[in-house]
Amino acid sequence: MTTATEHAIGGAVPQQRHGIPAMLHDSWVIAKRNLRRMTRIPEIVVFGLMQPVMFVLLFSYVMGGAIQIPGTSASASTYTQFLMAGIFAQTVTFAVAGASAGIAEDMTKGLVDRFRSLPMTRSAVLVGRTLADLVQTAFTLVVLMIVAVLVGWRIHEGFLKALAAFGLLLLLGYAFSWIGALIGLSVRSPEAATSAGLIWLFPLTFISNAFVPVSSMPGWLQPIAYWNPFSATVQACRDLFGNQVGPVTGGWPMENAILLSVIWSVVITAGFSWLSVRKYRSAVG
Amino acid sequence: MAPAIQAENLVKTFGDVRALDGVSLDVPEGTVLGLLGPNGAGKTTTVRVLTTLLRPDSGHAVVAGVDVLKHPNKVRSLIGLSGQYAAVDEYLTGRENLQMVGELYQMSVRDAKARARELLEWFNLDEAADRTAKTYSGGMRRRLDLAAALVVRPPVMFLDEPTTGLDPRNRLALWEVIETLVEQGTTLLLTTQYLEEADRLAHDIAVVDHGKVIARGTADELKAQIGGERVEVVVHERDDVTEALAALAPYAKGDPTLEKNTRRITIPVSGGAKVLADVIRELDSRSIVIDDIGLRRPTLDDVFLSLTGHATAAEVEEEDESQPAKGRKGHGKDA
Repeated sequence: MTTATEHAIGGAVPQQRHGIPAMLHDSWVIAKRNLRRMTRIPEIVVFGLMQPVMFVLLFSYVMGGAIQIPGTSASASTYTQFLMAGIFAQTVTFAVAGASAGIAEDMTKGLVDRFRSLPMTRSAVLVGRTLADLVQTAFTLVVLMIVAVLVGWRIHEGFLKALAAFGLLLLLGYAFSWIGALIGLSVRSPEAATSAGLIWLFPLTFISNAFVPVSSMPGWLQPIAYWNPFSATVQACRDLFGNQVGPVTGGWPMENAILLSVIWSVVITAGFSWLSVRKYRSAVG
Repeated sequence: MAPAIQAENLVKTFGDVRALDGVSLDVPEGTVLGLLGPNGAGKTTTVRVLTTLLRPDSGHAVVAGVDVLKHPNKVRSLIGLSGQYAAVDEYLTGRENLQMVGELYQMSVRDAKARARELLEWFNLDEAADRTAKTYSGGMRRRLDLAAALVVRPPVMFLDEPTTGLDPRNRLALWEVIETLVEQGTTLLLTTQYLEEADRLAHDIAVVDHGKVIARGTADELKAQIGGERVEVVVHERDDVTEALAALAPYAKGDPTLEKNTRRITIPVSGGAKVLADVIRELDSRSIVIDDIGLRRPTLDDVFLSLTGHATAAEVEEEDESQPAKGRKGHGKDA
């Protein structure tokens, strides 16, 4: 090792940020770190893409001809219009798995001790993670939309409304990555976090309007499906993309889907980020 | 001078385990305290409390003049921590790791970059700077981790078993870095299982066992505590051992110990080299052939063993059972 006289001790910490600016700065540094990791482990992004692409192809080509949307005639292309909002929404909720596995992994490594010994905002480790996941979700969604267009999906309400739908999807994805954060902090093993992150998503996304019309479900299940936060975003996207085929059923929640979608996402984000940050603080002392 | 690190009566329990059972210590500014103890003695827990990673159940701690429990974030900007396992992101390059830490210490991106470059050079990591840490060897990761702890030139540093698991070459290199830091005035708390490391680096040593500091002093003071010199003789013929014991008895200032397998006899003595010469003459006059003989000063190993009644994690190789276990002070709950 070379001589180190020029590395003399001295000089305190350069800048002090406080409150929100500090939180944003630190979160951005952590988000950069997580985004860099994604470029170093492209498998994660690639496999994250394969699953929804497969769903698009399987649902539209295999099941499309068999599922009839009330008020329309059964046809694969009608179903494709109906399906895509559901697939998009399901894809963004899968951000849960990434966040939960990533945070569980961070917690098991010595790196989290390093973060905690630094004069940084506590919540930044979680906020930075969810922001990086948001970027990944946006990327996945763009690729998925291109595939959707290739299998015949179209928007009918113009670019701006489509963009609004895109925004609602990201908002839902962001909300769900906070659920993932809480799971990751609770499970504390990356393997368990992956399955714990995914398992409840299947009932949640299937007991909804995403893949089949709710009116085809048993009566007692229908209110659950209509009030499902996930259904709100799916319906909102169908409205904004102009993908609604047949009449809207389900009453208030489905008629005010855009508003409800925003409310659900904000409430989930607020609730779960509060729980996660609290859990992180208590987990790390 | 005010101590740079001060802990008073720290207690921390995990379930039934009393990890810290009233640890008190102080480290004067610019000095190195070696926290010595076996696995599970409470060394790491002490470091975690002092570096704000863990809240003690009770007790009080001040680091660099700041109350650890009241102003943890202030403390964090004044300390550097390097742990037992290299806390680096293996998917980031060495440079990115250091830059990230700099930015989280609230440096500007430019300063963080410049500091990263400086540290990479100092730690001989400049060639590997743009490779991911995943590709680094154990020694390189440890160096990177130590570099990360030095990003802001903290006045107080905590090194938790910095060389555990390193090969001798890397250990020596790391020791040199640590010595440089101390020359520059850094106050250091170092935990180690290696007595040699404490002997070389630490001004003061605190021996920790079962969550308590059971002895405190310089290496020499601790060694003096368990007595002075000894003569060790290895007898060539097994049959001569009994006679050799008898021959040595007049010179012994205490009970001799015998390791049967190695035919090694150890006797406490006083009088230094002269006694050694006398012993050699005596054995020679009785025609006892010896393989080895020497005058030994106590090592920290001996200190440790006599204080705790058990060896360090490195387990002193099969010691004779008659090794006395004296001076177990402050060891209340042990048998």
